[in-house]
Amino acid sequence: MEIIDPKNKKQLTVDQKIKRRTFISFATFFAFGAATYEGWNWLYKAPAEPNGVTARARKPLRAALNKTEIFFRKFFSDNHLVKTYPKEMAAKRVRINSNIGNEDKNFNPENWLLCVVKSDGEILKVSLDAIKALPKTEIIFDFKCVEGWDQIQHWAGVRFIDFIKHYKLDDITSMQYVGMETPSGKYQVGLDMESALHPQTILAYEMNDAPLLTAHGAPLRLIIPVKYGIKNLKCIGKISFSNQRPPDYWAKRGYDYYSGL
Amino acid sequence: MKVIKEKHSLVMRWTHWVNFPLLTIMIWSGMLIYWANDAYSITIFGYTFYHFFPDAVFTFFHIPYRLAEGMAFHFLFMWFFTLNGLFYVLYTIFSGEWRNLVPEKKSFKEAWLVLLHDLHIRKTAPPQNKYNAAQRIAYTAIIVMGLGSVLTGLAIYKPVQFYWLCWIFGGYNLARILHFALTLGYLFFFIIHIVQVIIADWNNFRSVISGFEVVTEKPAIISGKPDEERNASDNESLVIE
Repeated sequence: MEIIDPKNKKQLTVDQKIKRRTFISFATFFAFGAATYEGWNWLYKAPAEPNGVTARARKPLRAALNKTEIFFRKFFSDNHLVKTYPKEMAAKRVRINSNIGNEDKNFNPENWLLCVVKSDGEILKVSLDAIKALPKTEIIFDFKCVEGWDQIQHWAGVRFIDFIKHYKLDDITSMQYVGMETPSGKYQVGLDMESALHPQTILAYEMNDAPLLTAHGAPLRLIIPVKYGIKNLKCIGKISFSNQRPPDYWAKRGYDYYSGL
Repeated sequence: MKVIKEKHSLVMRWTHWVNFPLLTIMIWSGMLIYWANDAYSITIFGYTFYHFFPDAVFTFFHIPYRLAEGMAFHFLFMWFFTLNGLFYVLYTIFSGEWRNLVPEKKSFKEAWLVLLHDLHIRKTAPPQNKYNAAQRIAYTAIIVMGLGSVLTGLAIYKPVQFYWLCWIFGGYNLARILHFALTLGYLFFFIIHIVQVIIADWNNFRSVISGFEVVTEKPAIISGKPDEERNASDNESLVIE
């Protein structure tokens, strides 16, 4: 059954052909295998990105996270709402996962005022009573932690979009990011404007129909259901706006900056 | 006499071997993520038979405290895993290879006979084409599972933007459980697959790298109808294999 190439007089037996093809294919296979191993080593040992707004991720992986963010932001819509639940389903004991930025013993909620840095640099100071006077919105939704757990929780406060409109801050909505931080500045979150203005994003002052406890971020915290829990900052001290990514506690620790759901 | 017979096309071999490191990385990075909330166990009437996973397993693979890293790897390699799978499926569709792979009506009955044969309970196996009935079911199921992993993954990755997908899979928690269970399914598939490869001969293993198999043909009688003769001997050699 040998095939004889008339241009090439050399005639290979079936056994020779088997040997030759086996050798070539296995050599190619192991060459690709070695290249894959080298490629993996390169990625695994890739240096961490330089410390900036984001940090501690391998440089190529951070680039990938940022590219993936751009892709998935195409699917973001104000019409995509987080599922809501009846009140009875809300957890009575709401999980407290972390107190980072919320441990300042000297912090006195009585003297607290929310600081909003306006586009002209002027600082708007708002009291809790003024915030409570705005239309109240309740939400009972499945809070999702980046760790993988979730819990149905009941929060109430003023929608961020309502807050913006009431204080006539509309001009800042053309900016790309919102930054929020605790009074001590120890914990910060950076949010893309569209997520901050999502109709379910709330500046919350109540949980399960009662004022917030310190452990849950009293007197005012962020509830942003389109993001993982890490972005739901407890105890907002300052809100600012910018076109660059504002500082973000967990993005500096290797997590995705966007962290959107 | 020995004859070289083409078995697996380059695309089939490429996607198969590319998938191996990709799935390994996905499972490993998935473990880094899962560790942060290792909530799953097999518990019946309050008695836990197995917790996913025992500390020894996590420690052995250096899993603990690597959530951010796990997510960064997982959300990069998900693209390659998906694209490789998509490439394979499109190839099987356009090449017609799907005809060899998709189970036929008789495959489900025959798969038992194949199993009995493989377990040495039954002497003969049902006649087959490129793949036997059990292989057809397994190789199609694994693709459905791959699709399931991508979709359940997407459902728990963006449960708000793809709320409808999350709903299809019975909500966030069920989607996460399915995503996890599918991974266990891959491990199960892997074990059976490796055992089968070991049991099968070198000829079979080589074909997944080289693309060809060596079959023994009876010397063809040149007279008469050579085409039919060829086919008949082809079938015969396949049955023997």
